[in-house]
Amino acid sequence: MDLLRKAGAIWMKDLRLEWRTLDSISGMFFFSLLVLVIFNFTFDFTTADFKEIGPGVLWVTFTFAGILSLSHSFVIEKEGDCMQGLLLAPVDPGSIYIGKMLSNLTMMLGVEVILVPLSAVLFNYPIYGKMGSLAAVLGVSTLGFAGVGTLLGALTARTRRGEVLLPLLLFSICVPIIIAAVQTTKVVMRGGPLSDAKEWFMIAAAFDAVFVSASFLTFQFIVEE
Amino acid sequence: MVAEPAIEARSIVRSFAAIPAVDGVDLVVRPGEFLTIFGPNGAGKTTLLRLLCGLLRPTKGEIRLMGFSPSRNELEVKARIGLIAHASFLYGGLTARENLLFYARLHGLTRPAALVDQRLAEVGLSSRAGDLVRTYSRGMQQRLTIARALLHDPEVVFLDEPYTGLDQQASRMLRALLDSIRGRGRTVMMVTHNLEEGLELSSRVAIMSRGRLVEDRPASGLTRHQLEALYASKVDAWTS
Repeated sequence: MDLLRKAGAIWMKDLRLEWRTLDSISGMFFFSLLVLVIFNFTFDFTTADFKEIGPGVLWVTFTFAGILSLSHSFVIEKEGDCMQGLLLAPVDPGSIYIGKMLSNLTMMLGVEVILVPLSAVLFNYPIYGKMGSLAAVLGVSTLGFAGVGTLLGALTARTRRGEVLLPLLLFSICVPIIIAAVQTTKVVMRGGPLSDAKEWFMIAAAFDAVFVSASFLTFQFIVEE
Repeated sequence: MVAEPAIEARSIVRSFAAIPAVDGVDLVVRPGEFLTIFGPNGAGKTTLLRLLCGLLRPTKGEIRLMGFSPSRNELEVKARIGLIAHASFLYGGLTARENLLFYARLHGLTRPAALVDQRLAEVGLSSRAGDLVRTYSRGMQQRLTIARALLHDPEVVFLDEPYTGLDQQASRMLRALLDSIRGRGRTVMMVTHNLEEGLELSSRVAIMSRGRLVEDRPASGLTRHQLEALYASKVDAWTS
Protein backbone atom coordinates (compact mmCIF):
# COMPACT_ATOMS: atom_id res chain seq x y z
CA MET A 1 0.00 0.00 0.00
CA ASP A 2 2.84 2.34 0.92
CA LEU A 3 4.45 1.65 -2.46
CA LEU A 4 1.25 2.64 -4.29
CA ARG A 5 0.57 5.67 -2.07
CA LYS A 6 4.02 7.10 -2.81
CA ALA A 7 3.68 6.20 -6.50
CA GLY A 8 0.41 8.15 -6.44
CA ALA A 9 2.16 11.19 -4.94
CA ILE A 10 4.75 11.12 -7.77
CA TRP A 11 2.02 10.64 -10.38
CA MET A 12 0.00 13.59 -9.04
CA LYS A 13 3.12 15.76 -8.84
CA ASP A 14 3.95 15.05 -12.49
CA LEU A 15 0.39 15.78 -13.61
CA ARG A 16 0.34 19.01 -11.62
CA LEU A 17 3.62 20.11 -13.24
CA GLU A 18 2.28 19.18 -16.67
CA TRP A 19 -1.01 20.97 -16.06
CA ARG A 20 0.91 24.17 -15.19
CA THR A 21 3.15 24.16 -18.26
CA LEU A 22 1.44 21.82 -20.79
CA ASP A 23 4.99 21.15 -22.05
CA SER A 24 4.44 17.52 -23.05
CA ILE A 25 0.75 17.45 -23.91
CA SER A 26 0.85 20.48 -26.21
CA GLY A 27 3.92 19.14 -28.06
CA MET A 28 2.42 15.68 -28.37
CA PHE A 29 -0.94 17.00 -29.55
CA PHE A 30 0.37 19.37 -32.22
CA PHE A 31 2.92 16.82 -33.44
CA SER A 32 0.16 14.19 -33.75
CA LEU A 33 -2.16 16.60 -35.49
CA LEU A 34 0.54 17.43 -38.05
CA VAL A 35 1.23 13.74 -38.70
CA LEU A 36 -2.48 13.02 -39.22
CA VAL A 37 -2.84 15.99 -41.58
CA ILE A 38 0.20 14.83 -43.58
CA PHE A 39 -1.23 11.29 -43.85
CA ASN A 40 -4.58 12.79 -44.86
CA PHE A 41 -2.90 14.48 -47.84
CA THR A 42 -0.63 11.49 -48.60
CA PHE A 43 -3.39 8.94 -49.11
CA ASP A 44 -6.44 9.44 -51.25
CA PHE A 45 -9.16 8.25 -48.94
CA THR A 46 -11.79 8.34 -51.68
CA THR A 47 -10.13 5.15 -52.96
CA ALA A 48 -7.95 3.97 -50.03
CA ASP A 49 -9.68 2.12 -47.21
CA PHE A 50 -9.01 3.76 -43.84
CA LYS A 51 -9.89 0.49 -42.10
CA GLU A 52 -6.75 -1.03 -43.65
CA ILE A 53 -4.34 1.93 -43.47
CA GLY A 54 -5.77 3.71 -40.43
CA PRO A 55 -4.43 1.41 -37.69
CA GLY A 56 -0.86 1.89 -38.96
CA VAL A 57 -1.38 5.64 -39.30
CA LEU A 58 -2.77 5.89 -35.76
CA TRP A 59 -0.07 3.80 -34.11
CA VAL A 60 2.77 5.60 -35.92
CA THR A 61 1.28 8.83 -34.61
CA PHE A 62 0.72 7.54 -31.04
CA THR A 63 4.16 6.01 -30.64
CA PHE A 64 6.12 8.96 -32.03
CA ALA A 65 4.05 11.36 -29.91
CA GLY A 66 4.65 9.08 -26.92
CA ILE A 67 8.41 9.50 -27.34
CA LEU A 68 7.97 13.21 -26.58
CA SER A 69 6.29 12.44 -23.26
CA LEU A 70 8.77 9.73 -22.32
CA SER A 71 11.85 11.83 -22.99
CA HIS A 72 10.34 14.77 -21.06
CA SER A 73 9.38 12.60 -18.10
CA PHE A 74 12.87 12.49 -16.59
CA VAL A 75 14.00 15.87 -17.88
CA ILE A 76 11.75 17.49 -15.25
CA GLU A 77 13.67 15.56 -12.60
CA LYS A 78 16.98 17.06 -13.78
CA GLU A 79 15.99 20.59 -12.80
CA GLY A 80 17.20 21.12 -9.24
CA ASP A 81 18.59 17.55 -9.36
CA CYS A 82 15.18 16.36 -8.16
CA MET A 83 15.91 12.72 -9.04
CA GLN A 84 18.44 12.76 -6.19
CA GLY A 85 15.71 14.19 -3.96
CA LEU A 86 13.44 11.26 -4.86
CA LEU A 87 16.24 8.75 -4.27
CA LEU A 88 17.05 10.34 -0.92
CA ALA A 89 13.45 10.01 0.32
CA PRO A 90 12.33 6.73 1.92
CA VAL A 91 10.73 5.60 -1.31
CA ASP A 92 11.13 2.24 -2.99
CA PRO A 93 12.51 2.80 -6.51
CA GLY A 94 9.52 0.73 -7.66
CA SER A 95 7.24 3.55 -6.46
CA ILE A 96 9.16 6.03 -8.59
CA TYR A 97 8.81 3.71 -11.58
CA ILE A 98 5.06 3.20 -11.09
CA GLY A 99 4.44 6.94 -10.54
CA LYS A 100 6.43 7.91 -13.62
CA MET A 101 4.84 5.15 -15.71
CA LEU A 102 1.35 6.25 -14.68
CA SER A 103 2.07 9.86 -15.62
CA ASN A 104 3.40 8.80 -19.05
CA LEU A 105 0.42 6.49 -19.54
CA THR A 106 -2.02 9.25 -18.58
CA MET A 107 -0.47 11.72 -21.02
CA MET A 108 -0.34 9.23 -23.88
CA LEU A 109 -3.91 8.07 -23.29
CA GLY A 110 -5.02 11.71 -22.96
CA VAL A 111 -3.65 12.48 -26.41
CA GLU A 112 -5.10 9.26 -27.86
CA VAL A 113 -8.56 10.07 -26.49
CA ILE A 114 -8.49 13.36 -28.43
CA LEU A 115 -6.86 11.97 -31.57
CA VAL A 116 -9.07 8.94 -32.20
CA PRO A 117 -12.30 10.99 -32.64
CA LEU A 118 -10.30 13.65 -34.52
CA SER A 119 -8.95 11.05 -36.96
CA ALA A 120 -12.47 9.69 -37.39
CA VAL A 121 -13.54 13.15 -38.51
CA LEU A 122 -10.44 13.78 -40.66
CA PHE A 123 -10.64 10.41 -42.43
CA ASN A 124 -14.45 10.24 -42.46
CA TYR A 125 -14.52 6.98 -40.55
CA PRO A 126 -17.37 6.07 -38.14
CA ILE A 127 -16.10 4.89 -34.73
CA TYR A 128 -19.50 4.85 -33.02
CA GLY A 129 -20.15 1.38 -31.60
CA LYS A 130 -16.46 0.46 -31.62
CA MET A 131 -15.33 2.73 -28.83
CA GLY A 132 -15.36 0.07 -26.09
CA SER A 133 -13.15 -2.30 -28.08
CA LEU A 134 -10.89 0.55 -29.22
CA ALA A 135 -10.49 1.73 -25.61
CA ALA A 136 -9.41 -1.78 -24.54
CA VAL A 137 -6.87 -2.00 -27.39
CA LEU A 138 -5.50 1.47 -26.71
CA GLY A 139 -5.26 0.82 -22.96
CA VAL A 140 -3.46 -2.52 -23.19
CA SER A 141 -1.08 -1.50 -26.00
CA THR A 142 -0.22 1.92 -24.55
CA LEU A 143 0.50 0.35 -21.15
CA GLY A 144 3.28 -1.84 -22.59
CA PHE A 145 4.76 1.01 -24.60
CA ALA A 146 4.69 3.42 -21.63
CA GLY A 147 6.01 0.71 -19.28
CA VAL A 148 9.13 0.01 -21.33
CA GLY A 149 9.46 3.68 -22.31
CA THR A 150 9.56 4.81 -18.68
CA LEU A 151 12.47 2.50 -17.92
CA LEU A 152 14.36 3.53 -21.05
CA GLY A 153 13.51 7.21 -20.44
CA ALA A 154 15.25 6.95 -17.06
CA LEU A 155 18.22 5.20 -18.65
CA THR A 156 18.69 7.61 -21.55
CA ALA A 157 18.12 10.74 -19.43
CA ARG A 158 21.50 9.99 -17.86
CA THR A 159 23.35 9.62 -21.14
CA ARG A 160 24.63 12.08 -23.69
CA ARG A 161 22.49 12.04 -26.85
CA GLY A 162 19.74 10.36 -24.84
CA GLU A 163 17.06 11.87 -27.08
CA VAL A 164 18.53 9.88 -30.02
CA LEU A 165 19.06 6.72 -28.02
CA LEU A 166 15.53 6.57 -26.57
CA PRO A 167 13.57 5.98 -29.81
CA LEU A 168 16.21 3.56 -31.11
CA LEU A 169 16.05 1.38 -27.99
CA LEU A 170 12.31 1.77 -27.45
CA PHE A 171 11.19 0.87 -30.97
CA SER A 172 13.57 -2.11 -31.05
CA ILE A 173 12.00 -3.56 -27.91
CA CYS A 174 8.42 -2.51 -28.66
CA VAL A 175 8.15 -4.05 -32.15
CA PRO A 176 5.95 -6.95 -30.88
CA ILE A 177 3.47 -4.72 -29.07
CA ILE A 178 3.26 -2.20 -31.91
CA ILE A 179 2.52 -4.99 -34.42
CA ALA A 180 -0.04 -6.51 -32.03
CA ALA A 181 -1.63 -3.07 -31.51
CA VAL A 182 -1.93 -2.45 -35.25
CA GLN A 183 -3.39 -5.90 -35.92
CA THR A 184 -5.91 -5.68 -33.06
CA THR A 185 -6.95 -2.16 -34.06
CA LYS A 186 -7.42 -3.37 -37.65
CA VAL A 187 -9.84 -6.10 -36.52
CA VAL A 188 -11.81 -3.61 -34.42
CA MET A 189 -11.93 -1.04 -37.24
CA ARG A 190 -13.19 -3.67 -39.67
CA GLY A 191 -16.14 -4.01 -37.32
CA GLY A 192 -15.24 -7.43 -35.94
CA PRO A 193 -15.47 -8.31 -32.26
CA LEU A 194 -12.32 -8.11 -30.14
CA SER A 195 -12.42 -11.91 -29.78
CA ASP A 196 -11.47 -12.14 -33.49
CA ALA A 197 -8.11 -10.61 -32.55
CA LYS A 198 -7.73 -12.75 -29.45
CA GLU A 199 -4.20 -13.94 -30.32
CA TRP A 200 -2.87 -10.45 -30.99
CA PHE A 201 -4.60 -9.08 -27.90
CA MET A 202 -3.06 -11.87 -25.80
CA ILE A 203 0.39 -11.07 -27.23
CA ALA A 204 -0.07 -7.44 -26.17
CA ALA A 205 -1.28 -8.47 -22.69
CA ALA A 206 1.63 -10.91 -22.29
CA PHE A 207 4.07 -8.19 -23.40
CA ASP A 208 2.60 -5.90 -20.72
CA ALA A 209 2.91 -8.55 -18.01
CA VAL A 210 6.50 -9.49 -18.87
CA PHE A 211 7.98 -6.10 -19.74
CA VAL A 212 6.22 -3.96 -17.13
CA SER A 213 7.20 -6.46 -14.40
CA ALA A 214 10.80 -6.61 -15.68
CA SER A 215 10.97 -2.81 -15.88
CA PHE A 216 9.61 -2.48 -12.34
CA LEU A 217 12.22 -4.91 -11.02
CA THR A 218 15.19 -3.43 -12.89
CA PHE A 219 14.37 0.27 -12.43
CA GLN A 220 16.42 0.42 -9.22
CA PHE A 221 19.61 -0.54 -11.07
CA ILE A 222 18.98 2.10 -13.73
CA VAL A 223 18.59 5.06 -11.35
CA GLU A 224 21.31 4.06 -8.91
CA GLU A 225 24.78 5.54 -9.37
CA MET B 1 25.20 1.02 27.60
CA VAL B 2 26.98 3.03 24.90
CA ALA B 3 24.62 4.39 22.27
CA GLU B 4 24.96 3.10 18.70
CA PRO B 5 27.08 5.51 16.62
CA ALA B 6 24.96 7.80 14.47
CA ILE B 7 27.46 7.44 11.64
CA GLU B 8 29.98 4.66 11.31
CA ALA B 9 32.28 4.15 8.32
CA ARG B 10 34.87 1.39 8.22
CA SER B 11 37.68 1.61 5.65
CA ILE B 12 35.41 2.94 2.93
CA VAL B 13 36.78 3.38 -0.55
CA ARG B 14 34.96 4.79 -3.55
CA SER B 15 36.73 4.87 -6.89
CA PHE B 16 35.69 6.41 -10.19
CA ALA B 17 37.43 4.73 -13.14
CA ALA B 18 40.02 3.23 -10.77
CA ILE B 19 40.80 6.67 -9.26
CA PRO B 20 39.87 6.69 -5.56
CA ALA B 21 37.79 9.74 -4.57
CA VAL B 22 37.44 8.41 -1.04
CA ASP B 23 40.37 6.30 -0.01
CA GLY B 24 40.03 4.25 3.17
CA VAL B 25 38.04 6.57 5.44
CA ASP B 26 37.30 5.42 9.00
CA LEU B 27 34.80 7.56 10.85
CA VAL B 28 32.63 7.24 13.95
CA VAL B 29 30.21 10.05 14.83
CA ARG B 30 28.27 9.74 18.09
CA PRO B 31 24.66 10.91 18.41
CA GLY B 32 24.47 14.64 19.12
CA GLU B 33 27.92 15.41 17.68
CA PHE B 34 28.37 18.23 15.18
CA LEU B 35 31.23 17.28 12.89
CA THR B 36 32.56 19.64 10.26
CA ILE B 37 34.91 18.25 7.63
CA PHE B 38 37.06 20.89 5.96
CA GLY B 39 38.99 20.27 2.79
CA PRO B 40 39.95 21.78 -0.54
CA ASN B 41 37.92 21.27 -3.70
CA GLY B 42 38.35 17.73 -5.00
CA ALA B 43 39.28 16.33 -1.59
CA GLY B 44 36.39 13.82 -1.73
CA LYS B 45 34.11 15.54 0.80
CA THR B 46 30.97 15.44 -1.34
CA THR B 47 31.64 11.85 -2.39
CA LEU B 48 32.00 10.89 1.28
CA LEU B 49 28.69 12.61 2.07
CA ARG B 50 26.92 10.90 -0.82
CA LEU B 51 28.29 7.53 0.33
CA LEU B 52 27.01 8.10 3.86
CA CYS B 53 23.57 9.16 2.56
CA GLY B 54 23.28 6.02 0.46
CA LEU B 55 23.30 7.91 -2.85
CA LEU B 56 26.51 6.09 -3.79
CA ARG B 57 27.65 2.61 -2.90
CA PRO B 58 31.22 2.17 -1.63
CA THR B 59 33.68 0.20 -3.75
CA LYS B 60 35.02 -1.26 -0.48
CA GLY B 61 34.24 -0.95 3.21
CA GLU B 62 31.14 -0.79 5.34
CA ILE B 63 28.80 2.03 6.38
CA ARG B 64 26.20 2.04 9.14
CA LEU B 65 23.85 4.85 10.11
CA MET B 66 22.12 4.54 13.48
CA GLY B 67 22.94 0.84 13.29
CA PHE B 68 21.39 0.37 9.83
CA SER B 69 23.26 -0.40 6.64
CA PRO B 70 22.29 2.03 3.85
CA SER B 71 22.46 -0.79 1.30
CA ARG B 72 20.48 -3.40 3.24
CA ASN B 73 18.07 -1.13 5.20
CA GLU B 74 17.77 1.62 2.63
CA LEU B 75 14.31 2.93 3.59
CA GLU B 76 15.01 2.91 7.36
CA VAL B 77 18.17 4.96 6.79
CA LYS B 78 16.55 7.42 4.38
CA ALA B 79 13.67 8.07 6.77
CA ARG B 80 16.19 9.20 9.39
CA ILE B 81 18.48 11.47 7.39
CA GLY B 82 18.25 14.88 5.75
CA LEU B 83 20.61 16.36 3.18
CA ILE B 84 21.22 19.98 2.29
CA ALA B 85 23.35 19.91 -0.85
CA HIS B 86 24.36 22.20 -3.72
CA ALA B 87 21.19 21.25 -5.61
CA SER B 88 17.84 22.20 -4.10
CA PHE B 89 15.87 19.04 -5.06
CA LEU B 90 12.92 21.42 -5.58
CA TYR B 91 10.54 21.65 -8.54
CA GLY B 92 10.49 25.15 -10.01
CA GLY B 93 7.00 24.56 -11.45
CA LEU B 94 5.50 23.86 -8.02
CA THR B 95 4.89 26.33 -5.21
CA ALA B 96 6.93 26.16 -2.01
CA ARG B 97 3.97 24.58 -0.17
CA GLU B 98 3.38 22.02 -2.95
CA ASN B 99 7.06 21.06 -2.94
CA LEU B 100 7.10 20.48 0.80
CA LEU B 101 3.74 18.64 0.75
CA PHE B 102 5.11 16.36 -1.95
CA TYR B 103 8.18 15.48 0.11
CA ALA B 104 6.01 15.11 3.25
CA ARG B 105 3.92 12.50 1.39
CA LEU B 106 7.06 10.66 0.28
CA HIS B 107 8.15 10.54 3.92
CA GLY B 108 4.68 9.33 4.94
CA LEU B 109 4.34 12.12 7.52
CA THR B 110 1.10 12.50 9.46
CA ARG B 111 -0.69 15.90 9.34
CA PRO B 112 1.60 17.11 6.54
CA ALA B 113 -0.20 20.43 5.94
CA ALA B 114 0.34 21.70 9.49
CA LEU B 115 3.96 20.53 9.48
CA VAL B 116 4.64 22.22 6.14
CA ASP B 117 3.19 25.51 7.42
CA GLN B 118 5.39 25.25 10.51
CA ARG B 119 8.56 24.65 8.48
CA LEU B 120 7.73 27.48 6.10
CA ALA B 121 7.31 29.82 9.07
CA GLU B 122 10.65 28.67 10.51
CA VAL B 123 12.49 29.67 7.35
CA GLY B 124 10.49 32.88 6.93
CA LEU B 125 8.70 31.92 3.73
CA SER B 126 5.07 31.80 4.88
CA SER B 127 4.14 34.91 2.90
CA ARG B 128 5.56 33.44 -0.34
CA ALA B 129 4.34 29.86 0.25
CA GLY B 130 1.92 30.00 -2.68
CA ASP B 131 4.46 31.29 -5.21
CA LEU B 132 6.20 29.09 -7.75
CA VAL B 133 9.73 28.19 -6.64
CA ARG B 134 11.17 29.33 -9.97
CA THR B 135 10.24 32.89 -8.99
CA TYR B 136 12.37 32.65 -5.82
CA SER B 137 15.80 34.22 -5.40
CA ARG B 138 18.79 31.92 -4.76
CA GLY B 139 18.71 32.73 -1.05
CA MET B 140 14.98 31.98 -0.78
CA GLN B 141 15.44 28.69 -2.62
CA GLN B 142 18.21 27.75 -0.22
CA ARG B 143 15.93 28.54 2.75
CA LEU B 144 13.25 26.32 1.23
CA THR B 145 15.90 23.62 0.69
CA ILE B 146 16.63 23.79 4.41
CA ALA B 147 12.90 23.43 5.18
CA ARG B 148 12.72 20.42 2.83
CA ALA B 149 15.70 18.71 4.42
CA LEU B 150 14.42 19.25 7.96
CA LEU B 151 10.75 18.55 7.18
CA HIS B 152 10.74 15.08 8.76
CA ASP B 153 12.94 16.09 11.71
CA PRO B 154 15.83 13.81 10.71
CA GLU B 155 18.10 12.23 13.30
CA VAL B 156 21.18 12.90 11.17
CA VAL B 157 21.55 16.01 9.02
CA PHE B 158 24.17 16.16 6.28
CA LEU B 159 25.21 19.53 4.87
CA ASP B 160 27.28 20.03 1.74
CA GLU B 161 28.61 23.59 1.50
CA PRO B 162 25.30 24.90 2.89
CA TYR B 163 26.34 28.56 3.02
CA THR B 164 27.11 28.80 -0.70
CA GLY B 165 25.01 31.52 -2.31
CA LEU B 166 23.27 32.55 0.90
CA ASP B 167 22.75 36.19 1.73
CA GLN B 168 23.47 37.46 5.24
CA GLN B 169 19.90 36.98 6.44
CA ALA B 170 19.72 33.41 5.12
CA SER B 171 23.15 32.60 6.63
CA ARG B 172 21.95 33.83 10.03
CA MET B 173 18.77 31.80 9.67
CA LEU B 174 20.70 28.66 8.74
CA ARG B 175 23.05 29.13 11.69
CA ALA B 176 20.06 29.52 14.05
CA LEU B 177 18.39 26.42 12.60
CA LEU B 178 21.57 24.37 12.91
CA ASP B 179 21.94 25.59 16.48
CA SER B 180 18.40 24.46 17.25
CA ILE B 181 19.02 21.06 15.60
CA ARG B 182 22.13 20.63 17.71
CA GLY B 183 20.16 21.72 20.78
CA ARG B 184 17.65 18.93 20.10
CA GLY B 185 20.45 16.37 20.23
CA ARG B 186 20.47 15.65 16.51
CA THR B 187 23.69 14.63 14.78
CA VAL B 188 25.06 16.99 12.16
CA MET B 189 27.82 16.42 9.63
CA MET B 190 28.85 19.32 7.45
CA VAL B 191 31.46 19.45 4.71
CA THR B 192 32.90 22.71 3.47
CA HIS B 193 36.02 24.22 1.99
CA ASN B 194 35.35 27.51 3.75
CA LEU B 195 37.13 27.76 7.10
CA GLU B 196 34.98 30.72 8.15
CA GLU B 197 31.90 28.53 8.39
CA GLY B 198 30.84 26.16 11.05
CA LEU B 199 33.65 26.23 13.57
CA GLU B 200 31.55 27.96 16.24
CA LEU B 201 28.80 25.30 15.99
CA SER B 202 31.04 22.27 15.65
CA SER B 203 31.87 19.91 18.48
CA ARG B 204 34.46 18.19 16.30
CA VAL B 205 36.43 19.11 13.20
CA ALA B 206 38.18 16.99 10.62
CA ILE B 207 40.28 17.78 7.58
CA MET B 208 40.08 15.80 4.38
CA SER B 209 42.65 15.78 1.62
CA ARG B 210 43.00 13.50 -1.40
CA GLY B 211 40.22 11.19 -0.24
CA ARG B 212 41.59 10.70 3.28
CA LEU B 213 40.84 12.14 6.69
CA VAL B 214 44.17 13.65 7.68
CA GLU B 215 43.01 15.24 10.93
CA ASP B 216 40.14 14.55 13.32
CA ARG B 217 39.91 16.33 16.68
CA PRO B 218 37.51 18.04 19.10
CA ALA B 219 36.63 21.61 18.20
CA SER B 220 36.66 22.91 21.76
CA GLY B 221 39.45 25.35 22.37
CA LEU B 222 40.30 25.57 18.69
CA THR B 223 40.45 29.13 17.37
CA ARG B 224 40.02 30.24 13.76
CA HIS B 225 43.73 30.99 13.49
CA GLN B 226 44.70 27.61 14.91
CA LEU B 227 42.32 25.91 12.48
CA GLU B 228 43.81 27.85 9.57
CA ALA B 229 47.33 26.87 10.62
CA LEU B 230 46.31 23.25 11.10
CA TYR B 231 44.53 23.20 7.73
CA ALA B 232 47.50 24.72 5.93
CA SER B 233 49.94 22.26 7.46
CA LYS B 234 47.77 19.18 6.83
CA VAL B 235 46.50 20.03 3.34
CA ASP B 236 49.83 21.40 2.13
CA ALA B 237 51.65 18.36 3.50
CA TRP B 238 49.29 16.02 1.65
CA THR B 239 49.10 17.91 -1.60
CA SER B 240 52.82 18.71 -1.98
